[in-house]
Amino acid sequence: MDKSTHVYDEKRISRMIIASSIIIIGLILLSFGIGLSISLGAKDISLSTVISSIFTGKDAVDSEIVRDVRLPRAIAAALVGAFLAVSGAIMQGVTKNPIADPSIMGITQGATLTVSVAFAMQAGIGHVGLMIFAFIGAMVSGLLVYFLSTRSIKGVDPVKLVLAGTALGTLFISFAIAIAMYFNLSHQLSFWIAGGLTTATWQGVQLLSIVGVFGVIAAIIISSNLTILSLGEEVAIGLGKKTNTIRMIGILIVILLSGSSVAVAGNIAFVGLIVPQIARSLVGPDYRYIIPCSLVIGAVLLVFSDIMARMINQPYETPIGSLTALIGIPFFIYLVRKGG
Amino acid sequence: MIATGKQKRFIWTVTTLVIIILLTFIVSLNLGSFSIKPSEVIQTILGQGTRKQEIVLFNMRLPRIVMAILVATALAVSGTILQGITKNDLADSGILGISSGAALAVVMYIYIMNGNIYEGISDITIFTMPVVALAGSAFGAFLIYSLAWKKGLNPTRLILIGVGINAAFNALLIVFQLRFTTQEFNRVMVWISGSIWGTNWNYVITILPWIIIFLVLTMYKARYLDVLHLGDSLSTGLGVQVEKERRTLLLFAVALAGVATSVAGTISFLGLISPHIARKLVGPKHKLLLPTSALIGTLLLLISDTVARNLLAPVEIPVGIVVSVIGVPYFIYLMVKE
Repeated sequence: MDKSTHVYDEKRISRMIIASSIIIIGLILLSFGIGLSISLGAKDISLSTVISSIFTGKDAVDSEIVRDVRLPRAIAAALVGAFLAVSGAIMQGVTKNPIADPSIMGITQGATLTVSVAFAMQAGIGHVGLMIFAFIGAMVSGLLVYFLSTRSIKGVDPVKLVLAGTALGTLFISFAIAIAMYFNLSHQLSFWIAGGLTTATWQGVQLLSIVGVFGVIAAIIISSNLTILSLGEEVAIGLGKKTNTIRMIGILIVILLSGSSVAVAGNIAFVGLIVPQIARSLVGPDYRYIIPCSLVIGAVLLVFSDIMARMINQPYETPIGSLTALIGIPFFIYLVRKGG
Repeated sequence: MIATGKQKRFIWTVTTLVIIILLTFIVSLNLGSFSIKPSEVIQTILGQGTRKQEIVLFNMRLPRIVMAILVATALAVSGTILQGITKNDLADSGILGISSGAALAVVMYIYIMNGNIYEGISDITIFTMPVVALAGSAFGAFLIYSLAWKKGLNPTRLILIGVGINAAFNALLIVFQLRFTTQEFNRVMVWISGSIWGTNWNYVITILPWIIIFLVLTMYKARYLDVLHLGDSLSTGLGVQVEKERRTLLLFAVALAGVATSVAGTISFLGLISPHIARKLVGPKHKLLLPTSALIGTLLLLISDTVARNLLAPVEIPVGIVVSVIGVPYFIYLMVKE
C-alpha cells in the first residue's frame, strides 16, 4: 500500500510539473503571439513601436492603431480562446463524453441566434445588451444538454448528444439566417455566424474580463468535482457528491463563458473540442490540471488562428470560425475513429 | 400472407395522404400574391381561365409544386435508405455531409461558371447542375464512407463522421460565400437555406429522369433494406453480401439527395422526419415504407412551402428553414422520449 501511495505521489508530482511547464511555455507563446498579432496586419508595425505605444502615451497613427484596434483584438482573441477551451473541458466532464464542445452542442449557435435578434431589433444595442442576449441563447441549448446528461446514469449516448446538438445548432443558425435576410443584415451577420474578431473593442475586452474572472474562478473551484464526476455516477454519489448540482454549476459556467465569447467574436467552432483533448493527453484525467492548461492552450490557439485568418487570403479576412472548424474537424474525426 | 391487414392499412394511408396532398395543393394555389380560387383552378385546367390565370397556374405554380413533389420524394426516400443502412433512426442526408457536399459543389460551380449569380443562371448551367451536385454529394459520401471504414463499417461511426464532414463543408461554404457581393450573397444564402426557386419547367425536366431512375432502383432493392436492418451477421447468414448492398444503397441515397439539393438547396430534416412518421403508419417493411415516406415528405414540403411563401409575404422565407422549424422539435422529442 505504501508503495502504491508512493507511486501515486510521484505521478502527481510529475503531472504538476508538466502542467506548470505547459502553463509557463503557454504564457511565453501567448505574449509572443499577441506581439506578433499586433505588429502584423494591413499596416505592419515594428515591435519596438508596439511596445512604446503600449507603455507610453504617444499619439502617432501607429500608436493609435496599436492601442485602439490591434491590442484589444489580440486580447479578445486570447480571452475568447481561453473561455471556449474551458467551456469545452467542462462540457466533456459534465457529459462524460470526449466529443463535447459548445459549438457541437448548439450552445454557440443559440447565442448567435439571439445576437442576430438583438441586431435586428436595434443596431446600436451596445456590448452589455448584446452579451445578455447571447447568454439567453446559450442557455437554451445549455439546459438541453443538462437535461439530456442527467437523464441516464451511465452517461449520455455520445451519438445522441452530438446529433441533438447538431440539430439544435442547425435550427438556430437557420433562424439567424432568416432574421438576417428579412432585416437585410445578412452580410454583417454572416461574419458573426462564421465567427470573427474584427469588431473587438476595449469595451468588449472589459466585459469579457469581468465575466471571465467569475467564470474561470468558478471553473477552477469545481474542477476537482468534475474529476470525481468523470469517475462515474456511482463513485461520485458514493463520495457524497451531489452530481446534478455539479452538472448544473458546470453548465452555468459554460453558458457564461461561451455566451460572452459569442457576443464578442461570434460563432467560433471546435476550439472547445480540441484544446481539452490536447490538455488531457498531456496532463492526464485530473480536471484540476486540465482546466488551467486548457485555458492557456486555448488562448494561444486562438491568437495564432486569428493571425492566420488575417494572413491566408490577404487583404481579405478568412472567418476565424471556419478556420478553427477546418483545423478541428480532422481532430474530431480522429477522436471518432479512435473511439471504435 | 399475413400482410393483408398491413396492406389494407397501407392502401388506406396512401389514399388519405394523396387526398390531403391534393387539398394542400388547392389551398396553396389559393394563397399567394396572385390567388386563384379552387373553382377557378378547375376552370383553368379545363381551359376556361383567363390568360393571366393560365400563366400563373401552368408556368409558375404548377412547376413549383411538381418540383416540391420531386424534391420531397427524393429526400424522404434518401433519408429512409440512410436510416435503413445505418440502423439509426436519426440519419438524414442533411445531418450527414451529403447535402452540404452537393451545396458546396454547386456554389463553387456557379461561382466559376457565371461569376455573377445576379444576372441569372444560364440554361447550360441549369442542366449541368444536377451532375455537379451529384459529384459533390458523391464526394461527401465517399469521404464519410472511407473515413468511417475501420475493419468494417460501424453505423455509429458513420453518423458521427458524417456530422464532422457536414461541419467541414459548411465551414468551407461560408468561406466561399463571403467572396460574393452582398446581392449575390443573399441569393446564394437563400439557395443554401433550401428553397424551391425553380419555378420553371426546365428544372423539372432536368431532375425528373434522375429521380425516376433512382426511385425504381431503390424500390427494386427495397427487400435488402429489410434484411440489412436485421444486423450484419444475420444478413450475412441470410446470404446477403452486406457490404456490397450497403454501398449500392448508399449510392442511391446519395444520388437522390444530390439531385434534390441541386435544385432546392439544402433542406435538412425532411429525410429525417418522413421515414419516422411513415414507420408509425405502415410499419418497418421497406416496400410499404418507401412510398409512404415519399408521400409524407411531399405533404410536409408542400405545407412548408406554402407557409414559406405566405407567412412574411412579400418576403419569402427559405423553405428549408420552415422545414427545420417543424423538424427540430420533433427530432428533440424523439431523443428525449427514448
